[in-house]
Amino acid sequence: MKHLQKYIFSLIFLALVGLSYLFGFAAGNQIGMNFWMFAKEMFLFLPLMFVLIGLFDVWVPREKIEKHIGEESGWKGTGLVILLAMLQAGPLYGAFPFAYLLWKKGSSIKNIFIYLGAYSTMKIPMLTFEIGFLGLKFSLLRTLITLPVFMKN
Amino acid sequence: MLSISIITFVLLGFSFIFDVQRTLKGIRKGLTMFMSLLPVLLLMLALVSIVLFLVPNELLIQYMGRDAGMEGWAMAALLGSVALIPGFIAYPLCGVLIKSGVAYTSIAVFITTLTMVGFVTLPLEAKFFGWKTSIIRNLLSFVAAIFIGFIMSLFL
Repeated sequence: MKHLQKYIFSLIFLALVGLSYLFGFAAGNQIGMNFWMFAKEMFLFLPLMFVLIGLFDVWVPREKIEKHIGEESGWKGTGLVILLAMLQAGPLYGAFPFAYLLWKKGSSIKNIFIYLGAYSTMKIPMLTFEIGFLGLKFSLLRTLITLPVFMKN
Repeated sequence: MLSISIITFVLLGFSFIFDVQRTLKGIRKGLTMFMSLLPVLLLMLALVSIVLFLVPNELLIQYMGRDAGMEGWAMAALLGSVALIPGFIAYPLCGVLIKSGVAYTSIAVFITTLTMVGFVTLPLEAKFFGWKTSIIRNLLSFVAAIFIGFIMSLFL
């Protein structure tokens, strides 16, 4: 029952679209067509993308890198911070506790900003999504432009 | 899309060769994530289908299309700053918007502010880093996002 509850609005939506089709209600039909156009591609590719993210999650030794971070400074520290940020997943506010930890461990404020910046725009799971939906060219360009902008911060 | 699928299958093959157990665990993990996202995703698609029906494409293109320029980016930046949408929902949404005629540059600005600027999460951020640092970081990110949109417009 609880499972069904989460889908309740979507089910109502689909029911309304179905009714529109039955009674020839043009607006409902158009909305249904929109939905189908967006949904079919997503259900073809999204499971695959998530499998990729799951694989990534089980193979990448995040903890090992975390141990070494925070102490180095200069380019090496910055590089590590970016690398680590790219390996994470989740929304930005999930990054605050770890960034705080880095700060307490003695990372420079610059590296903290870079960590948060890279975390929000260059996470690998997000990049797979970005490439999937917006194309490789867009992703590469955005990442390459974003990176130096942060470093300047 | 196709390239991502091919990469997934190739990596899946390698992963199976190295460690079957771990691969299965990864697949399970991924699919669990997908299932937990599914209700929100369906809802988002339903809402977008309705909104895009109500808002004519011409209007969308006028405000956030190729020729919208600075105003388009400003709007995208504002929307991105206040919205709190997880990336897994945001990218599919952007895919839909692109298809409806929104410019890639506006999308870049939207994505960048969405992920880097968190107006709603500001109090949370301030708890960790203090108000001054948090506000500076958010402001810099906001400006940087518009700048990124500008540079991308030179290439796309």
